[in-house]
Amino acid sequence: MSPEYQIGEGSLEALFAAITADGRRIWGPRAAAGCIEIGEIRSAGELARDQVHPISSAKAAAFPRVEKILSYRMDGKDVAIDDPPLPARPTVLFGLRPCEARGFCALGTILNWGTPDRFFNARMERTTVVSIACTRSDEACFCTAVGGGPDHPAGSDLLLHPLAQGGYDVVVLSDKGRALVALAPDRFEPARGAARIALAKIEAEFQAQEITEQLPRLFDHPIWSEQSLRCLGCGACAYVCPTCACFDIQDEADARRGVRLRCWDSCAFRLFTLHASGHNPRETQGQRWRQRVQHKFSYMPERLGVLGCVGCGKCSRACPVDMDFKEHLTEIAKFS
Amino acid sequence: MMEKVTMLASDTASPASAQANVFKPYLMRIARTTDEAPGVRTFRLEFVDGAEGARFNFRTGQFGLYSAFGAGESTFCIASSPTRKGYIECTFREMGRVTSALADCEVGDFVGFRGPYGNTFPIDEWKGKSLIFVAGGIALPPLRSVIWNCLDRRDWFGDIIVVYGARTVKDLVYKQELEEWDRRQDMKLVVTVDPGGESPDWKGKVGFVPHVVEALAPPSEEAVAVVCGPPIMIKLSLPVLEKLGFVKDAIYTTLENRMKCGLGKCGRCNTGKSYVCKDGPVYTLKELETLPSEY
Repeated sequence: MSPEYQIGEGSLEALFAAITADGRRIWGPRAAAGCIEIGEIRSAGELARDQVHPISSAKAAAFPRVEKILSYRMDGKDVAIDDPPLPARPTVLFGLRPCEARGFCALGTILNWGTPDRFFNARMERTTVVSIACTRSDEACFCTAVGGGPDHPAGSDLLLHPLAQGGYDVVVLSDKGRALVALAPDRFEPARGAARIALAKIEAEFQAQEITEQLPRLFDHPIWSEQSLRCLGCGACAYVCPTCACFDIQDEADARRGVRLRCWDSCAFRLFTLHASGHNPRETQGQRWRQRVQHKFSYMPERLGVLGCVGCGKCSRACPVDMDFKEHLTEIAKFS
Repeated sequence: MMEKVTMLASDTASPASAQANVFKPYLMRIARTTDEAPGVRTFRLEFVDGAEGARFNFRTGQFGLYSAFGAGESTFCIASSPTRKGYIECTFREMGRVTSALADCEVGDFVGFRGPYGNTFPIDEWKGKSLIFVAGGIALPPLRSVIWNCLDRRDWFGDIIVVYGARTVKDLVYKQELEEWDRRQDMKLVVTVDPGGESPDWKGKVGFVPHVVEALAPPSEEAVAVVCGPPIMIKLSLPVLEKLGFVKDAIYTTLENRMKCGLGKCGRCNTGKSYVCKDGPVYTLKELETLPSEY
């Protein structure tokens, strides 16, 4: 897709000011406690751009770690149920990698399966995603194996391409993207075909389709317990994953009022599937690792029509025992 | 595989503000409680909002999420029959935080209910057939909905047989209804307790459910078997039924995996690619055999 505009490095601060003046919060990669995470940023100067990926996922902007889905009041025997107000704060996600932006497509497909998820949708309606094409990658990246790429447009409203002279080419991908440009129209100049920094080469030895085809016959294979021998079941991979949407529902209450909360959960946890009787359909870490891969590469494509993986590699980078997801997926794809 | 290039929320048919909160339960009032067995209670629940109650419909075999306000939600089947209007019933065992809080509730207290979710026993397809129900312990509640549904349209079916077992006499649920079913001339009830579980005045059978079914040898021709119980009971009953000539698509069961949402989103109830909350909980043995044993 050809760029309509370009924006100079020196204009980013003015753009951020215009976004903030419009009442929107800006979330993006920022330095915090010795690492790069996704969080609120108030100026372009705070935007971290040298990393391949921040450690956390931007999904929290639309699917928070903990969110209120119901509240109720108790007065003696009486109970009144209240719908929590819809989240209203408009958000700009600035500086995401295209793979992470693409993750919102899978996330939305899961959460809207069958019945719409008004909480997620309300946030997405008010969220504009500005991604920056990748000119660097690392050994954990495999977006090209799962249908993505360093400048893949899915899930982004604006896509920025870094220019050799500094600043960016700007590709407008949606009305929301166009509305963002309109907040600071004098900062966007017509694109002039300036030289771009070369896109990162992301190499992978497999294609997702190969995994999808392998998985049904590998269900009972020892590969799952072998690959997960190191797995601690900590769930970090799920928490940083742009497409992991599994959740728990828990109440917090005192004698007079309560809230029902939706909280991130993970298939890596034993408690995730534990029955009240003590029986557990996924008793071992191997069975739980199998669920992770089967869900993302087999059940989701078949049932929802989307892959549950964007190849960002955040899972590998976050894993405290260095499970290499790309390597494991390669092994599964090449299994014969 | 087609992928949406721009974001989804704007692609959904209606704005979020017009979408219902799918997690909002109906407010229900406990109209009756019955102590069934140690730690096991039945609630009859009525809709506080009569108009909601009038609109509410469910099919036999479906389930819901029940709220104890202040504690949380728990998943149980609807144990009453859709032929009995104006209320739903659930039976649960006191096990954790939510079921303990529910067990503390009394007549007149409010609880929440959302549902109905899941598929149904296809009783329309069973017209003209004989039915045998095989249940163990706390697994009679899901079959109770079907049994009453079928008894309430008794002329649709041939013989109706219920085989029900529990570890001990004390653990049998629905004792009053068991007496009622025992008195009925248009059905046969066989109640059994595990060896050692009988009381001095016990008049029923002593023995494990699969053995009792085998000895009873119900005819399998033009018949359907519905089985629900602890995993071991199901595992041992299925071969017995097959030996008696029941084919795999004439044997039904209902699964109860852990669930949080009931809507196919929270990610835990699937067994292989099948979501128990959406595709189940009712499966034929033929369907179950295509799935991994993740239940």
